[in-house]
Amino acid sequence: MSVHVIFEPTKCQGYANCLIEAPEIWDFDEENNRAVLRLTEPDDALRSKAEASARCCPAQAIRLEERTP
Amino acid sequence: MKRIVVVGGSLAGVNALEEIRARGFDGDLVLVGSEPHLPYTRPPLSKEALADGIDPEQLALRAPDWYAEQGVTLRLGHAASGLDTRDRVVVLDDGTTLAYDGLVIATGSSQRRPAMTAGISTAMDLRGVDDAARLHASFRNGGHLVVVGAGFIGMEAAATARRRGLDVTVVDIAPYPMSRALGPEVGRWFLRRHEDHGVRVLCSTGVAGLEEAGHRTRVRLTDGRTLVADALLVAVGAEAATSWLSGSGVAVGDGVLCEPTLATSVPGVVAAGDVARWTNGTSGESMRVEHWTNAVEQGRHAAATLLGERRPFTSVPFFWTDQYDAKLRCVGRPTSEDDVEILTDNDTTLVAVYGRRGLLSGAVCVNAPRQLATLRRAIAEGTPVPDVVGSGLVAP
Ligand SMILES: Cc1cc2nc3c(=O)[nH]c(=O)nc-3n(C[C@H](O)[C@H](O)[C@H](O)COP(=O)(O)OP(=O)(O)OC[C@H]3O[C@@H](n4cnc5c(N)ncnc54)[C@H](O)[C@@H]3O)c2cc1C
Ligand code: SF4
Repeated sequence: MSVHVIFEPTKCQGYANCLIEAPEIWDFDEENNRAVLRLTEPDDALRSKAEASARCCPAQAIRLEERTP
Repeated sequence: MKRIVVVGGSLAGVNALEEIRARGFDGDLVLVGSEPHLPYTRPPLSKEALADGIDPEQLALRAPDWYAEQGVTLRLGHAASGLDTRDRVVVLDDGTTLAYDGLVIATGSSQRRPAMTAGISTAMDLRGVDDAARLHASFRNGGHLVVVGAGFIGMEAAATARRRGLDVTVVDIAPYPMSRALGPEVGRWFLRRHEDHGVRVLCSTGVAGLEEAGHRTRVRLTDGRTLVADALLVAVGAEAATSWLSGSGVAVGDGVLCEPTLATSVPGVVAAGDVARWTNGTSGESMRVEHWTNAVEQGRHAAATLLGERRPFTSVPFFWTDQYDAKLRCVGRPTSEDDVEILTDNDTTLVAVYGRRGLLSGAVCVNAPRQLATLRRAIAEGTPVPDVVGSGLVAP
């Protein structure tokens, strides 16, 4: 099982909460005021940070999916 | 444990419900909430939703079917009025009782109402959707909005109203907007932004009295002036909603007094969100955090504690406020007594770091989200201020 981060940029409102929770996974586009997903398949060490970034997105623009390779 | 009751149908409560099920609890799960609405998110109420009108679907924390899917029984529109922790019963305001084995207190905060607003029907609050709908409706006729209280919610509402074309005056006894929380430097920066947008900000000024005059209100100031308000918003802060706990044995101070795990003084009872006061291991400080992300994380943590985990809740608090194009993000727990260093200050961007006893205690970034992630880590690691200032750790 590995975790996939699914990001819907059209829902993103630029709060940057995701970046603050998991700077390893997210970057931020200051021009367009939007999050940028850097890591779609974070490894297990980053799983809890990925979960935190999904929970803390006030715009519900982030989902996680478990996938079996 | 057969039945868990969550009191408070909002952000901390919903996250507690979700975590309780995620951890495999398959007994009865009941949500008691005094508002008749399904749980919704509050930050837009002073921002987009106040500008554009309320869209319940957009504000909903979870889709309407989610509660049934999770096996949650809803008791909305009922406040808990009492708690008997010996027999483990919650008393509701209609006189019915609800037995529990485990209880989550998530009643959040309610808006503070100064005594002078008693009997003034024109004075509006801004805490829930109904408040926001009323304030939004009052914008329709334009005119003059007076905001009493230059805290985050007052200043956000002022910015939103100004954008909608109203004349806006803000009154506060403090020397600068939001300065109680963030100090004068950041306050001054925001004062300038608001004045540039045409908001009149009367700081170091108190309200001496309110008088209704038809649908208008006369606001008498301590400096002798009188403002005539077509709409009046009173936003002078919030207090923990704990009155229903009196006599229950649950220890209450400013908030529900929790162990580091978010367990309360009574077995089988935990607390989370705006209502909870606990000692945060990151700084060793006792705190009650009235911000969004804290309610998410504490709701989950309190659920885990209720189901038998024994981990302390530690965090570097985080919040945001949006006013015009200024997106402020704050990490840590700055107070107006901390030493402030301004790293960047121009018309669009502000970066300020706060130090207490030489260590980085907080940071404010306006329109500088990337610096924030770095600073949050530096706070968690207990970094000395000089290592941050002028070190290149934070690019200007
Ligand atoms: C207008 C506004 C704008 C905000 N903007 C931001 C922002 O930009 N950024 C940020 O970080 N934070 C913001 N916040 C703060 C954030 O919304 C709160 O921290 C968060 O809502 C706290 O969640 P909670 O579940 O602990 O409590 P609350 O959201 O206060 O919910 C508590 C619930 O419990 C209910 N309740 C109370 N007493 C009882 C009782 N006796 N019985 C049953 N139910 C009861 C209440 O009716 C309420 O529904 C804002 C808040 C407001 C009001
Ligand atoms: S937290 Fe959500 S809304 Fe905010 S920047 Fe990240 S994805 Fe966008």
